[in-house]
Amino acid sequence: MPTLPQFLSQAFNGIALGSLLALIASGLSIILGTLGVLNFAHGAMFMLGAYTAFVVLGHWDSFAAALALGAVVLVLVGLVTERGLIRFYYSRPKEDQILVTFGLGIMMIEAVRYVFGSLSQPVPLPSWGRGIVNLGFFIYPLYRVEVIGIVAVLLFSFYLLLYRTRIGLVVRAGIEDPLMVELLGTHVRRVFMVVFTIGAMAAGIAGVIYAPLAAVIPNMGEPFLVQCFVVVVIGGLGSFPGAVVGGIVVGEILSLTTLFDPSYAQAAIYAVMTLVLIVRPRGLFGTMGRA
Amino acid sequence: MGGLNAPRLRRWLPEISMAVALVILPFVFDTWLGSVDLFTRILIWGIFGLGFDLLFGRTGLLSFGQGAFYGTGGFVTAYLLTSGTLDNVWLAIAAGIAAAAAFSVFVGFLALRRVGIYFAMITLAFGELSYFLENSPLAKWTGGENGLPGVPAPSIQIGGFDYSFAGSWPSYQLVAGFYFVGFVFARFVVLSPVGSVLTAIRQNPERTAALGHDVRAYKLAVFVLAAVFAGCGGAMLGIFQSYMPPDAFTLDTSGQLVIQTVIGGAGTLIGPTVGAAIWLTLRDLLQLVPHVGELWKFILGFVLVVLITFMPHGAVGTIVRLISRSRPLPPAVTASKRPEDATAREALLAPLPAKAPITTPAPLALEVSDISKAYGGIRAVERVSLALPEGRFHAIIGPNGAGKSTFLRLLAREETPDSGRILLHGIDVAAADVTAAYQAGMAKSYQINQLFIELTVRENLRIGALGRQRGRLRLDIFRSANGFAKVEEVVAALLEELGLTGCADVAVTTLAYGEKRRLELGLALVSRPSVLLLDEPLAGLSPAEREGIKQLIRNLSKGRTIILVEHDMDAVFELAERITVLHEGRKLAEGTPKEISNDPLVKQAYLGGMATP
Repeated sequence: MPTLPQFLSQAFNGIALGSLLALIASGLSIILGTLGVLNFAHGAMFMLGAYTAFVVLGHWDSFAAALALGAVVLVLVGLVTERGLIRFYYSRPKEDQILVTFGLGIMMIEAVRYVFGSLSQPVPLPSWGRGIVNLGFFIYPLYRVEVIGIVAVLLFSFYLLLYRTRIGLVVRAGIEDPLMVELLGTHVRRVFMVVFTIGAMAAGIAGVIYAPLAAVIPNMGEPFLVQCFVVVVIGGLGSFPGAVVGGIVVGEILSLTTLFDPSYAQAAIYAVMTLVLIVRPRGLFGTMGRA
Repeated sequence: MGGLNAPRLRRWLPEISMAVALVILPFVFDTWLGSVDLFTRILIWGIFGLGFDLLFGRTGLLSFGQGAFYGTGGFVTAYLLTSGTLDNVWLAIAAGIAAAAAFSVFVGFLALRRVGIYFAMITLAFGELSYFLENSPLAKWTGGENGLPGVPAPSIQIGGFDYSFAGSWPSYQLVAGFYFVGFVFARFVVLSPVGSVLTAIRQNPERTAALGHDVRAYKLAVFVLAAVFAGCGGAMLGIFQSYMPPDAFTLDTSGQLVIQTVIGGAGTLIGPTVGAAIWLTLRDLLQLVPHVGELWKFILGFVLVVLITFMPHGAVGTIVRLISRSRPLPPAVTASKRPEDATAREALLAPLPAKAPITTPAPLALEVSDISKAYGGIRAVERVSLALPEGRFHAIIGPNGAGKSTFLRLLAREETPDSGRILLHGIDVAAADVTAAYQAGMAKSYQINQLFIELTVRENLRIGALGRQRGRLRLDIFRSANGFAKVEEVVAALLEELGLTGCADVAVTTLAYGEKRRLELGLALVSRPSVLLLDEPLAGLSPAEREGIKQLIRNLSKGRTIILVEHDMDAVFELAERITVLHEGRKLAEGTPKEISNDPLVKQAYLGGMATP
């Protein structure tokens, strides 16, 4: 049996990983909920954020600059993608949308591979994130504690954006019934552009924060993309609370299963997803009606 | 060979061409690309792709987890052989395919609970799951990251003659043999009634279910079939390379299959093979170009994006479309001569006898007692009852929002009432689904056309007729979709009755609205239902077209129990024997047209100051 400090330490890891998953998945989920588009390039966008951190932190010890630049890069990528490609796909079949974002993701990954190579490369921790912290029962890497704090702040601002602003109101209404929003005189297509960009930015920022925790490698986004799908299935389509709770749940399952037998960690999240699909197909916070 | 007339030659032309290509093309690859191995690889992807094309191209189910079955087939075969459990390679291949199929039943059961986006996500998740399972918990048997080396090739022994399929050319022969058998089999599926149903599911799953086909079961069937092809492809991979690699399970594998299918052309069977040829040849050729070689996958991603955007039918699909535009789809081989005789048509289209319980006196055709349906706080239908003897022509009228369409949806079993009973020929169908109701002899025509728009008029009607003829599910893949003489006769008679014989073999997209409306009515009639539900059949038609439809309804009402919901009061009072008036979900009045038009309550609530006929 694992000791209490081991258990707590893994539970903390679960929150750190889960909160990052929540951030990525909430971006994926609002794009899916509002635009109806499943963004298969979301993992690649996460990776682009991580590589931005790799470049910035490799030259300057400024995490703020990495965050800012990561956000800017992904806002640009999001804008160009939506204006240049995705908007022509709103009236196309879902399958075409999936295929085109899948192709786009491959292009991003391969472009990064061409520039930075296929090898895994370490990203330095920001100076204020080095070292360990004593949390009473156990000692824990400082940066991970900070990650939890940073992501909590980001998720809270995301919450404010969605629930306390005009645009957030339109986005939430659009998830419920896009046609009705359009009929009420809001230009939904413009909102789509904003939502896609915000979703891309969320993935990118998550990538920046994640990069120092591990190393960067071109296909690093793939497991995150798949885990985000699991989060969305568990949490419910288009639901922000669903993405947050689903993210934490998946993060904890991964970490705590690792404590007992690492080889079953991945299998465990799919087992839970299967259970949710059988017992509650719409997900924990999802509404019926949308595909 | 005496029977090889023109239509039969046409039926077998793709198979003959394929056989010729499989003999000639390997020499082309051997000569210009250095080895036949590249073509063998293409065909392994092609076997994998034949099944995926039935799943995605035919049925429209985009799975991102096919690697799970490719890997399962490959690893089970490889394990059985390398561990010494089995000596016979053929048996091991069969076991691998069976394992892939068994796994797909489990995955399909879960993934097919959802459609579209969710289906893609769930299949992808299961693909990843199987990769992780292979990689660690099952590593003892699968070799984990190392895979399984030393997979032997099969051999055949006839008498003293022993031929092993090891080596470049022999393994090509093995793979090409499997590919050819798979291709012939997949062609059978496409041309069978099952193929027609799968196509119908892609275009309009709801209507397919409403026409008596068990959509979930057919989807599961094609999902398992795709896994059989995937398992076979995986087994071939291990044997061809003498090594089973773990990356067969990865998202890269499933994704590559999807991309190849799209590039080659979905729904064409050979599309994925052509896509694989493009992918693998391009990869090999680009490697030779300095500085560009590393970008081969980027280029393929770009090609995918461009193709989806501008050429969604892929390479083969575009060519097929160009050809088939100049050549109409062949009419049914067994279609009888044009049924000119009206009496003969009437006999063909008369309602089929219902499978009623043997009770006396004869039960009512439809007996509805106290059914209610609420949406949240809104009571759409509240405690409505109706009793219709056989052959009754009944109409339901009421202002907008009175609950007429909801009532029809409840009867057709598209929605389940919160309470109440629905007896169809004495059998309780309140718990049945729309498919079962259709099988029991109840059919509905919709207010908004629900057609299979890419199919021809005849194919549309055939889907409906096959539903009643074959039951909820039948996997009769060695029959031809147009090989049911009775179905073809009924369809031909109905085409004539609908006045659509002239455009029987054109796609529905090219029809005028009035013609589509008649086809919509025809879809409800083609099963020869005993109870017919008509939801505003006259909506959106010109006065002349209305007359035509009214006449049609009158012709086909003989011996049928009909419920008509319609806003055209002239038509209602002209056609119906009795009328029910619904108002705010409740029954306001019921009686003969004369009684209704004189009812003061009805006048007040609905007809208002309108002049009554």
